[in-house]
Order: sequence, then structure tokens, then C-alpha cells
Amino acid sequence: MRPEEGVLTSRGRAIGAVLALLTDELVVVCNGFPSREVYALRDRPENFYMIGSMGVAPAIGLGIALARPDRKVVVFDGDGNVLMGMGTLATVGALKPKNFLHIVFDNEVYGSTGNQPTISQSVRLEQAAKAAGYRNVERVRELDDLVHEAKTMLKQEGPSFLLVKVSEMADDVGRVGIEPAAMTDRFRQAALRGVPS
Amino acid sequence: MPIPSKDFVSLLQEVGFDFFTGVPDSTLGGIIATLIEQRAYVPAVREDEAVGMAAGAFMGGKVPAVLMQNSGLGTSLNALISLNLIYLQPCLLLISWRGHDGKDAPEHLVMGQVMTRMLDLVRIPHRTLGAESAREDIGWAAQVFMKQRIPVALLIKKGILS
Repeated sequence: MRPEEGVLTSRGRAIGAVLALLTDELVVVCNGFPSREVYALRDRPENFYMIGSMGVAPAIGLGIALARPDRKVVVFDGDGNVLMGMGTLATVGALKPKNFLHIVFDNEVYGSTGNQPTISQSVRLEQAAKAAGYRNVERVRELDDLVHEAKTMLKQEGPSFLLVKVSEMADDVGRVGIEPAAMTDRFRQAALRGVPS
Repeated sequence: MPIPSKDFVSLLQEVGFDFFTGVPDSTLGGIIATLIEQRAYVPAVREDEAVGMAAGAFMGGKVPAVLMQNSGLGTSLNALISLNLIYLQPCLLLISWRGHDGKDAPEHLVMGQVMTRMLDLVRIPHRTLGAESAREDIGWAAQVFMKQRIPVALLIKKGILS
């Protein structure tokens, strides 16, 4: 156990706190436990759960944000995921979509494969995002701070990056119970609501 | 007679393609210059990122195309098979065929040789773009895109576009 582990909130609690703030935002959730946890905590048609293509969640979110500039897009990501697709921090920073919020739940391990360490303990991902050009960047550890920053960033012009330090604990949750193709349809309908066809 | 890149872009836009991203190759230079002029190109830093952006754009109501050198097919393969093919998210892949006929720099030779078999293996339909048949080739790709909702590739050899 890391020295700070005892005081860190679990990812499930952190995710739950952010989900409670959402209204009609479009949410892309990275593969692994985060998708399962969001599905168990608050499934909604505006959620897109990934099962493969690790590292690509912010790219999908960016595509949605560019196609639907009138909708806020929130990406729930992990440290292993960000490290795998780190170039996308640069693409987001360069394109500067105002409707893009990137929340990274950083537990410093690859949770789905047995908690092997990532390198996010020594690499400050939020500083990489800042250097890449994200407009607002914050790093939080406490649940109260998370709620405060998430509320602010949901209203602010982005792109915004919120790094949330969480414990290694994963909620005891099952797999996402929606077939991938059905999820594409459901999410697409939610994303296109209000658009004349 | 090669097809002017501007005309090729117009043909794509006529059938509805309206979101363009990718990573450049010299063979695709004219297409990208045309799209940049129209402010219609979203530059990506890796091909799997471009494929991810295209998937997002599709779910946001766009009809996406991704440009890449065939080396990028290797980079984007996991996204294509674990995102697009599983979630039924279509995109048009405009892939330059480097290493065709074994005439290219060494780094392109293996991919140039195995690319079509690799696409067959992962069940991504593909056609080689013809200078005379461009309209028909694009029409075919658009049909696959709409009906099967999977990635579909047009392979572009050097000299086909001007």
C-alpha cells in the first residue's frame, strides 16, 4: 500500500460524485473497470462505454466534440489509458474544443490486468495536459475538491483536464450489459437529439 | 490520366463525406492541401487517434474519412478491430499504397506486400482506386459504409492523383 493510500478515495466514489453533477453531457468512458463502474452507478443513454481500443477514449470524445460543438463532452479516462494515447493530449491542446472536459481517474496501476504499476506516480499527467495547451488544468485528491472543480469545469470553456488521484480499489461490478453495436445506436441517438435529420 | 485531388475531394463530398482527419503521406498531399484550404481537415498525430476521432464524429452525425499511409494501418489496427468492427462504426479509409510492386524505400516493402491480405484477414473490404473508375469506387465504398457500417478502404497508388 502506498503511504497516501489510506486517505485516497476509491474511483467508484469519485466517479459517483461526478456522475451526480451531470445533466445532458455526452460521456465517453475508457475501457476496463471505469466503464463497468459507470454502468453500474448511473447508466444513461448519453454514456458510451468502451471495451477495447485502449488509449483512444479522448480521441472518440474529441470527434464528438468537433461534430457537436453545441454539446458538452466529458471523457472519463485512466492513467494507463492517457499514457498509451498521450499524443491526443497534444491534439486536444492544439484544436482547443471549448466543449471538451477530460477527467482522469489516476490509480497508478493497470487495474484490469492485476494492478501492475503504471508510471503515473512519477509523471505528472496534468502538467503534460497543461503543456499541450488545455485551457484549465487541476489535480485533486479530496472528494470535496473534486466536486468543486468538476462543477466549475462543467461550466467553463474548455478544453479542461481534471486529474483525480484515487485508490487502487475497484468496485465489485459486472460487465457492461449492452451489446457494442446497440450502444453505438443508443449513444448516437442521444448525441443527435434535437438535430433535424 | 491522374485525377486532380480537388476533383477527388469533390466526389467524396458529393456522396456525403464531411469529416476528414488523418496523418499525411506524400501520395495524399493534394487531398490534404485541398481539405486544409476548405478548413475541412482535422490533423491527427497517430492513425489510431484519427480512427477514434472518426468514430466520435460518426456518432455526432458526421460521415467520416480517415487518410493515412499504409504504415498507419499497422498503428490503427487495434482501434479498427476492437472499436469499429465491434461497435459497427463505419469510416472510409483512404490509404496510400506505399511499397506497391516492391518499388519504394525499404521500410515500406513488407507492408506494401501484405496490406491487402491483412485487410482481408481482418475483414475490412477494400478496393484499389482507379483513375478512370474513381466515381464508381467511391460509390462502392459509400455503399459498404452505409449498409455494413464498418470501415472500408480505398487504396491509393502513387500517380493516381495529381
